[in-house]
Amino acid sequence: MTPTDSPRDALILGGNRIPFARSGGPYAGISNQDMLTAALEGLVARYSLQGEKLGEVAGGAVLKLAGDLNLTRESALGTPLDPRTPALDMSKACATSLETVLHVSNRIRLGQIDSAIACGVDSASDSPIEVTPRLRRILHRAFAAKTAMQRVKALSAIRPADLAPVPPRNGEPRTGLSMGEHQALTTAQWGISREAQDELALASHKNLAAAYDAGFLDDLVTGYRGLARDQNLRPDSTLEKLGTLKPVFGARSPQVAEPTMTAGNSTPLSDGASSVLLGSAEWAAERGLTPLARVVDARSAAVDFAHGDEGLLMAPAYAVPELLDANGLTLQDLDLYEIHEAFASTVLTTLTAWESEEFCRERLGRAEPLGAIDRSRLNVTGSSLAAGHPFAATGGRLVATLAKLLHARAKETGRVQRGLISVCAAAGQGAVMLLESVTD
Amino acid sequence: MADAYTRFTRSAPGGLLAKQLGLPRPSRLLRRKDRPEPVLGPVVVLGASAGADAVAHRLLEEGADVRRRVEDLRSIGSVVIVADELAAPAELGPLVLPLAGAMRTLAPGARVVTISRPARGEDPARDAARGGVEGFLRSVAHEMRGGATANGILLEDGVGVDSPGAIGALRFFLSARSAFVTGQLLTVSSEAGGATENLSLPLAGRTALVTGAARGIGAAIARTLAADGARLVVLDVPGAGTELSRLANELRAVPIQLDVTSDGAGERLVSFLREKGLTLDVLVLNAGITRDKLFANMTPDRWDPVLAVNITSQITLAESLLEAEDVLGEHPRVVSLASTSGIAGNRGQTNYAASKAGVMAFVEALAARLAPVGGTANAVAPGFIETEMTAKIPPLTREIARRVNSLQQGGLPVDVAEAIAFLASDEAGGVQGETLRVCGQNMVGK
Repeated sequence: MTPTDSPRDALILGGNRIPFARSGGPYAGISNQDMLTAALEGLVARYSLQGEKLGEVAGGAVLKLAGDLNLTRESALGTPLDPRTPALDMSKACATSLETVLHVSNRIRLGQIDSAIACGVDSASDSPIEVTPRLRRILHRAFAAKTAMQRVKALSAIRPADLAPVPPRNGEPRTGLSMGEHQALTTAQWGISREAQDELALASHKNLAAAYDAGFLDDLVTGYRGLARDQNLRPDSTLEKLGTLKPVFGARSPQVAEPTMTAGNSTPLSDGASSVLLGSAEWAAERGLTPLARVVDARSAAVDFAHGDEGLLMAPAYAVPELLDANGLTLQDLDLYEIHEAFASTVLTTLTAWESEEFCRERLGRAEPLGAIDRSRLNVTGSSLAAGHPFAATGGRLVATLAKLLHARAKETGRVQRGLISVCAAAGQGAVMLLESVTD
Repeated sequence: MADAYTRFTRSAPGGLLAKQLGLPRPSRLLRRKDRPEPVLGPVVVLGASAGADAVAHRLLEEGADVRRRVEDLRSIGSVVIVADELAAPAELGPLVLPLAGAMRTLAPGARVVTISRPARGEDPARDAARGGVEGFLRSVAHEMRGGATANGILLEDGVGVDSPGAIGALRFFLSARSAFVTGQLLTVSSEAGGATENLSLPLAGRTALVTGAARGIGAAIARTLAADGARLVVLDVPGAGTELSRLANELRAVPIQLDVTSDGAGERLVSFLREKGLTLDVLVLNAGITRDKLFANMTPDRWDPVLAVNITSQITLAESLLEAEDVLGEHPRVVSLASTSGIAGNRGQTNYAASKAGVMAFVEALAARLAPVGGTANAVAPGFIETEMTAKIPPLTREIARRVNSLQQGGLPVDVAEAIAFLASDEAGGVQGETLRVCGQNMVGK
């Protein structure tokens, strides 16, 4: 495309999230809608969007209750945004809010809208509990009954077994293994050590704590329900303490000789919401908002984990090379990397794969390995292991964080800064995105 | 909603019981939304001086029903006693005694305001008379009933009764905004200040920053200043982010999340204001905490944060803003939150009282810094105000604390906010380095 043909930029203007909590903790019993509305209210207040009619609010939640119908629309209606702002719900497991960012960014770039919010929320505390299909059918019949007698007759078909509630499955439907169990297989396959995982986890906590102390999160997080910081953050974490934790994944699988994944180097089930504000350059300028970064490009990938062809969480390893090639970049051309820490070993298996000549040749069809990254550019303000991981909220957290970091570094160095976001997702998927700093 | 005891005394059996037992029966205080008229009429202006004539004319011009004698009015709304030219104590009686006959005809929520001059140790007879006005005023305030209040304005020699500060203070004391201020004397020390163009939106076109704005008194201050037309910048810790955002959305205010005690907080505030292109005309230093403990059990982790938030952060913020001249407007108004605890001390509040007494001294010093640039610094000292903070006081202590004032009840956050709005106004330019108590004439201290 020649420069005159290329679509205009979609600029990231800022973000807001609530502190993330561990499930069953401070946000237990709080609905998705309440959390998402709070994150959005904070965003609206910070950027003076009261009464604004935005182009779109795109959001999603991985775990939804029946009451979460039209979740994003209902949440947006609970904010001071103009009620004529359209809204949309999307879903791609842990990559949900990265996809919402991509979705609205594409619309902005094509000129379909001028402004948008991309968001996501999840509550692992309040996961949906359903009734058995048989009970559901019986209840439908009972509700449709016209007379009391008919209703009684319909309900009399209930057997004791029907009354057992059906909690959500914790595992991939096609393999029966949980995500942790899957990752344990991948970890063993790549030989990632316990020490390496614990070190990555420690860095996540230290970096996030330092970021909070420096006030970096002051315009990224609004305190909610008594939490000022992410509940899972342990500023005083040490390798010794992490070392005492017992492995929790991998015991079931014979392929895993020595399980290494613990509660400390895996993300906990979490509750929380995040949001990101995007707009065109003109829209931002009209409102005196400072663009931080632009969305350059994105890619998705999926792997055949069900037949054991690849590890469940390895899809981003395939998506990133595509993204880099399409933009004429090497892995080392990036100034910052935000790799979602689903597990410490996920990050490490992905990085190891990129360094592996065999993997890059046989799985990616490349003559040379992608190579190593400078680890001092990875998750520099901490990531999911420290902050927690409400599934659909993580993408938004990563985008807002990276945009702010890139902008600050560009101003410091006087050079354009590029950053990579990589998110793996359940059912063997992944999404990756390239951001570039914007300074005027 | 009034506290439980007050509701009880307003019921028929409760009122009777309280009367028979001689227990307090707190009156309902009328606030701005209950009585929006600036002057509760009819207003009687007592005094024969040129100053008294000037006051009467001014009130007439503003449409009030003005009388110069008590006459046989069946109900009197306001009384202004202009005592600006007293030469000797003997002159006080003839001036104030007409009010005696009228005390029983004062309407509920009535206003008594004296205008006099402070004793400055120059002329024994004149100073004795001047001092006498203060004693008289404080006593008559103790006798007011039905939610009526009595306050005084002290005009330094050379400051006219129609100077902006005098007019502004008179307006404040006569209005329902001063519902919880009684028994107080406010000094107007210069003729500085400007007339308010828009009386219904006295802060229109001005930008105000309120710290600790997410809840309680801070939120009330933000709402009151916004209702007066100001553009608000609301500040609080990130932990109060959602409340702060909701307030910002309600008021279309600009939120900033900042821990005022953190390193570089002043610089971060200045950068934020510069980035947003904001200049502050009003700075309300409200953020404050309590960590009550008997001094015998006081530890650094209870002492240090109170001093850090309540006074040290005020100093650093004020200094940062003053240094960065481009973020302050032309006639900056600084108002800090002190407390009656800082005036009289309070059991279990050595740390709090230290910080609040520090605030009162701080505004005096800051006033000297600001005067050359046309700015003012003053403090408001709340007494017992019904907030989340005071709700934590043990019930019996709390009940006593809220009754030991002439109005026999705790004040509301809006009462503190109104006093701040007055001190933030253009007219209050002549009020400098003062602490105005909003305490219902609490028995402690002066």
